[in-house]
Amino acid sequence: MKFTESLLPITSNPFLLILLLLAAMYFARKPFHRAVHAFSLVLNNALRLFAASVRQAEKRLVERNREVLMAEGLENAERLVEREFDRINAAVVRDLKGYPALHRQMAEVATKLEEDHSASVEVPPSLPNWVTIIEAIANIKHTGDSMVSNMLGEIDKNLRAQHQSAIESYRLSSGKRHALLNRMIPLWRKVQKKLDEVGHSVTDLTERAKGIDHYMDEYQEIRAKTDKAARKLSSSSMTQFFISGLVLLIAIGGAIINFNLIALPMSEMVGGGSFIGPYKTSDVAGLVIILIELSMGLFLLESLRITRMFPVIGAMDDKMRMRMIWITLTLLTVLAGVESALAFMRDRIAADMEALRQTLAGVEQTLRATSKIPTIGQMIMGFILPFALAFVAIPLESFISSARTVLGVLAAGLLNTVAFLLRLAGNIIYYTGKFITSVYDLIIFPPLWLEGVITERPFKIREALDKVSKSRQQKKADRVTRQYEDQTQILESRK
Amino acid sequence: MKRIFSVICLIGLMITGCADSQSRTTGIYMLVDTSGTYALELKKAQSIINYLLGTLQPHDTLAVASIDTGSFSEKDIIAKVTFDQRPSVANNQKRAFQQTIDEFVTNVNSSPYTDISGGILQAIEYLNEVGSGQKYILIFSDLKEELAKGYVRDIPFQLSGFNVVALNVTKLRQDIRDPKKYLGRVDQWRLKVENGNGAWRVINDLERLEYIFKG
Repeated sequence: MKFTESLLPITSNPFLLILLLLAAMYFARKPFHRAVHAFSLVLNNALRLFAASVRQAEKRLVERNREVLMAEGLENAERLVEREFDRINAAVVRDLKGYPALHRQMAEVATKLEEDHSASVEVPPSLPNWVTIIEAIANIKHTGDSMVSNMLGEIDKNLRAQHQSAIESYRLSSGKRHALLNRMIPLWRKVQKKLDEVGHSVTDLTERAKGIDHYMDEYQEIRAKTDKAARKLSSSSMTQFFISGLVLLIAIGGAIINFNLIALPMSEMVGGGSFIGPYKTSDVAGLVIILIELSMGLFLLESLRITRMFPVIGAMDDKMRMRMIWITLTLLTVLAGVESALAFMRDRIAADMEALRQTLAGVEQTLRATSKIPTIGQMIMGFILPFALAFVAIPLESFISSARTVLGVLAAGLLNTVAFLLRLAGNIIYYTGKFITSVYDLIIFPPLWLEGVITERPFKIREALDKVSKSRQQKKADRVTRQYEDQTQILESRK
Repeated sequence: MKRIFSVICLIGLMITGCADSQSRTTGIYMLVDTSGTYALELKKAQSIINYLLGTLQPHDTLAVASIDTGSFSEKDIIAKVTFDQRPSVANNQKRAFQQTIDEFVTNVNSSPYTDISGGILQAIEYLNEVGSGQKYILIFSDLKEELAKGYVRDIPFQLSGFNVVALNVTKLRQDIRDPKKYLGRVDQWRLKVENGNGAWRVINDLERLEYIFKG
């Protein structure tokens, strides 16, 4: 029943009805305005409060995100610095371990070089002492005596022989010295090589030290919680998130292929007609095997300290960790072997089913392909895929750690949008209230107009009367002024 | 230790509680009309059975029975099997089943009467006994029931949870002259099945056998 129809018992005249309605609305105008205003204000305030609280939550979330980002950044920086220190430690240990041997070698080489050097010092061959005496005698001028002449000839001969012998001896000793010097060349080269090695190690250490300096600078920036560090970490997180997500998608593709490889033969083992919930038991069993392989891969990489998702494993002592590495690797290998066998079985079952289908369809059975390549290919895939899936742990860790930041940023964005929408809704409601009151006034404009006319008329009359009295007073004043001026003129003329 | 043991027990209970092999299996009871000239259509029935053998999964049930003078009897069951859980064994069962049907089709004798109702009653009894999750009764017949004297079949069917599918409902000579007879016959069976809370379908195009399992 319409509102106007409910008023029909009062009067059936529509004009009167409208008049009555207008009158009722006119009298209810102020309470209606107040009600609408109060209602819109209440909603507006409530929404603004809600928006403020959402914004507060967003602020807290942003702070928390920043904290998480910084904590992760710190952890990563620590990890990098730690790794560099480990490498330096390994290099120093390696080099220092070899240092005593190097020192000994160098000392030996130096001694040998010294000996050879001393041995190769050129000493001119000394002439016998009597050579000078004979030389002096040989220089005596003879007078032609044959005996003297013979003697001098003999002396000259001896001298020549002696000279020849000295030259021979000199050549021999020079040859020996050259041999010694030749022997020194590889020793020098050895020394050069060792020194190069030492130099390389020192340069390597210097480079690593520079790397550590760089990481330490980053670490300091993160510790200082600068905006630059936050921006860098956030962008790095986003990149990590998308890259690891992509790799995970690829891994999921691999897992699906793996699943299809083992689901059918699993029905031969656990039965093809039983279900767990809405899923076939064989499918669930296949999935469980793949998940176990993934877990083993996870534990293996965790034990190798490549990933750090389980601090308990990372904190184990090295002996225990090595045990865990061997256990997980063995289990993974066994599972890979099982999968390989299942892949072989799958090939057989598929062939049997195909044969049955052909029989049922009444088609003459085609000869089976004798090539074993597909079977071997499936078996190899069955063996390799578990190991390939084991490495999923690395992108998974990156994905999880970066997802915290990315989800945090998304949640903050969502809260920001919600806060904006709440404020917008509050304002819309407030101004809608105003609009409603205006429309209400528009509907009842006849009584409002009348009210205006009635309330404004006395005011206008009063205004008109005021105007009249003012003009009368003005006229009176003008007349008095004029009379005064006239009298003044008369008086002046009399004077 | 106790806690670990209780968790393991709980997981075990959950798994064994969830494992339901019966409710998801399919049970099919196919009635093959061997009366009069319809016996000539048995080759088509054979291809339908082959289709079913190719479609059914391990742990499903298939039974094929002939419709003759008194079909409410286990003797009319030509072959029945509940497939093994292992696909390789199930494949062998399917081969054996196919062979039995082939032999039946080769040596079938035409029956003078057509007791469809008795066959349906036998199918209901069998499938209820097997306890399949989805129950199908396939009637490969022209749906013209002819009972021998003294056979009473005015028993209402209890077909709740059953899908009754009429296959290859051929038109008889009098149907071609007066289609109302054909429509009336099909409608009469539809009413009978639906009154027993069963679902009724007719598939005449044997190229679309997948509609058997599409409710």
